[in-house]
Amino acid sequence: MEAIAIQIRDLRKVYVVSERESGVRSALRSFVHRRTKEIHAVDRISFDLTPGEVVGFIGPNGAGKTTTLKMLSGLLHPTAGEASVLGHIPWKREKDFLRQITLVMGQRNQLIWDIPSMDSFELNRAIYRIPAADYKRMLGELTELLDLGPLLRKPVRNLSLGERMKCEIAAALLHRPRLVFLDEPTIGLDVTMQRRIRAFIAEYNQRFGATLLLTSHYMADVEALCRRVIVIHHGKLLFDGELANLVQKFTTYKIIVLQLGDCQADLSKYGEVVACADGHFTLRVPKEKTAEITGRLLADLPVIDLLVEDPAIEEVIERVFDQKDV
Amino acid sequence: MRAFIDLYLQQFKTSLAATLQYRASLAIWLIGHVLEPLVFLIVWSTVSNSSGGSIGGYTTGGFAAYFILLMLVNHVTYTWIMYEYEYRVRNGTLSFALLKPIHPIHSDIADNIASKIITLPFMLAIAGMLVLVFHPVVTPSLWSLALAIPTLLLALLIRFLVEWTLALAAFWTTRVSAINQTYFVLLLFFSGQLAPLVLYPALIQKVAAFLPFRWMISFPLELLLGRLSTGQALAGLAAQAAWVLVSYSLFRVVWQAGVRIYSAVGA
Repeated sequence: MEAIAIQIRDLRKVYVVSERESGVRSALRSFVHRRTKEIHAVDRISFDLTPGEVVGFIGPNGAGKTTTLKMLSGLLHPTAGEASVLGHIPWKREKDFLRQITLVMGQRNQLIWDIPSMDSFELNRAIYRIPAADYKRMLGELTELLDLGPLLRKPVRNLSLGERMKCEIAAALLHRPRLVFLDEPTIGLDVTMQRRIRAFIAEYNQRFGATLLLTSHYMADVEALCRRVIVIHHGKLLFDGELANLVQKFTTYKIIVLQLGDCQADLSKYGEVVACADGHFTLRVPKEKTAEITGRLLADLPVIDLLVEDPAIEEVIERVFDQKDV
Repeated sequence: MRAFIDLYLQQFKTSLAATLQYRASLAIWLIGHVLEPLVFLIVWSTVSNSSGGSIGGYTTGGFAAYFILLMLVNHVTYTWIMYEYEYRVRNGTLSFALLKPIHPIHSDIADNIASKIITLPFMLAIAGMLVLVFHPVVTPSLWSLALAIPTLLLALLIRFLVEWTLALAAFWTTRVSAINQTYFVLLLFFSGQLAPLVLYPALIQKVAAFLPFRWMISFPLELLLGRLSTGQALAGLAAQAAWVLVSYSLFRVVWQAGVRIYSAVGA
């Protein structure tokens, strides 16, 4: 087994798109002379993944996440840069490489619409040349972990979104890929189903030691699954490290929740009052002044209870993405 | 090899299951495939009757045999891939196909064969009924019938490769229907679907010999009807072999170029 599952260096993807304004006149103009614009979807990013790692790959819409996943799985040819995935150059799409990876896209489906999932599973068995015994064992495990039993014999079009996603994931994992790319696997699912898919992904990683790279807009997915996150924005790498450090690095303030008898007191001289309900004040204070302000609060006021917290991770991420020039 | 057979069997089962889901569309499709040769049959029978019972070596019964057998030959060789590819490229199902450790053409081949196996009994039954109604006259020799089988398979191979390759136009343009229309008009005219090629002016017949269309439909049909000499039959086989080579090479080149485009502009 390689010491590195994924290694990419200065990976770039530039799309050339034609652009024009609306209206007949500009339509005619663009018919004669097409104006094009370069979009730097992925702009010189580099990172490594070690085998068995679960890494969250986050960024707002259009940040270049899916483009990166497509390059790593071999669907897209980069404009420049290098990548080694399981020791292969992905965009050569060698059979030996394709047999070891999978890409799950929450918004696309590979299952054949009109027939039961079981039939698509059997087809994947034949395509990936999975030995009968391995297939049976894997199908059994997936059926148990994802609770697929009653779903396998129903035509895919009759399944709910969540049920279909479970079947999609199972179909993508039958060949026991060592490397799994998950692009928004929980999109559109209800909270319970999200939790189930999350638990399953963690279990798959544990059981098979597979490497997972996951994109999601739900920070809950990332928090539950990934110790390490890679953040990209406008195609550039913003952060690569532990999730806890991300919060440290990009948070400039802390949240103090303190309980007084009521909401009468004016606390604006201590920090920004975010809210007060039932005598519980929420204050936003600069990170470096947290200790000092806490001391003053305790000395000045009849505090019943006090709690210092980091802001919610969604907020941190939102602030990161809001910064214009990073 | 065993893995390959397994793959095809599995793909057969999948295609069968998917095809049988839609009885109505199957029926509509069958009607379409019967109607077109039937219309031409009636037209040419009428023309033949009004010109003394024969045109260019085709009697009224000869025309009946021609169009009934045409219907069957067309059924064996036709593909529907050109209607599907644009959808695959646009909605991303092709991406999943490209992530599989197997060339996507295999699933299309298996799918094509499977759905033809399902529909063949219906086609034969309809052909039987048409025989009762139109009294075809056909006098093939044993050798030409025997030769018709491999030429029919070669015709299928050529048509499949040509149409699969043309379908890849979807990589370059989103307006594939214009290409499809042009292709189908040429096919209708030069493959003998409109009328037996011998009825065309000599020049057009010469042109037809250099195009792939005759070798996709008309040639096996001419053998089934027993209208070729041994010399013509062997020359035709050679032409088919040449077209297999040409279409296979084209398919390889165009596929590679297409995938390169696909992976450049965003899969």
